[in-house]
Amino acid sequence: MVMLSIFCLLLGLFVGFQVPILLPAIYAQYVSIALLAALDTVFGGVRSMMEGVFDNTIFISGFIVNSLLAAGLAWLGDQVGVELYLAAVVVFGARLFQNLGMIRRYLLKKY
Amino acid sequence: MDNKGVKISFMLACLVLGILIAMQFRATASYEEEYRSEPRTEELVTQLATALAERDALAQEVVRLREKLTTFETNDEAMGQLQSELITANMLNGLLPVQGPGIIITVNDNPNALHSGENPNDGLVHDYDLVEVVNELKASGAEAISINDERITPLTEIRCAGPTILVNWYKVVPPFKIRAIGDPEILNSGLGMRGGVLYKLQNSYGLEIQMEMQENIEIMAYSGTLKMEYSSPITTQETAE
Repeated sequence: MVMLSIFCLLLGLFVGFQVPILLPAIYAQYVSIALLAALDTVFGGVRSMMEGVFDNTIFISGFIVNSLLAAGLAWLGDQVGVELYLAAVVVFGARLFQNLGMIRRYLLKKY
Repeated sequence: MDNKGVKISFMLACLVLGILIAMQFRATASYEEEYRSEPRTEELVTQLATALAERDALAQEVVRLREKLTTFETNDEAMGQLQSELITANMLNGLLPVQGPGIIITVNDNPNALHSGENPNDGLVHDYDLVEVVNELKASGAEAISINDERITPLTEIRCAGPTILVNWYKVVPPFKIRAIGDPEILNSGLGMRGGVLYKLQNSYGLEIQMEMQENIEIMAYSGTLKMEYSSPITTQETAE
């Protein structure tokens, strides 16, 4: 399971580096926010798996909705002149570290 | 069954995440490269400063060489005659620094604070004001004119460029010191006419104007080059026919 996930991640990286299209500068910042949200969701999934409360529907919906919502909010913020992407960065960043901390604790407990 | 679904969804999420990371990586790297290859503002500023210094140095060089050219010693009488003709032509065209009796006019913006309802444009010296003054000076027989040491040549423009005025494509700013060589009395009376150019500027717009007649005024030469690109002389044979 772990190996498969890492393999998929590497495959994704490979595909991403090989794709001939380059993100336009205007979208790059929104993609970066979406990336943060996706990263957070994946770590959240790992954590909930370790806690044994993993729900596939929540994971998939969270992955898609969080990413789109984060990027959408950042876009909206740009349109109305509020730097909403900062909120996304702070929230997802904080949660990312929380999740990582929990994962570390489970791993320490396990081994 | 459930475990399989979990696996698939997790793998898909990882795949998408990988793609996103890689694309973002590439995007960021390419922008940074672009940014780095763009010359920085500071760099441009220093480049501009050196270019300006170079231009000024070259302008001085031009004046120096031209003086050298006109004072070139010749023994030949014909050459001597040509020489004096060249000097006259160069003086007329503003290519030689000249001196003589004349008048110095200083024109400055309205020094008084603006009252409500007043048009701030009225208190400023405009390009057309300078044009009128120069025109009046010429009408009064001025032989050489300069504005803030920019010599008025036959090809000189006086035009508005935002907050400054361009003379010979150089920016000039108030106070404008207009020097003119000619008969000081005639220049003075021509400009100081009641209802004349300066009268209007002083009384209608409140501009600060000073006029002094002087025994000897020095007027600098034009530091650029006068070029004839489209004109060529008509030969006498053609006109004789």
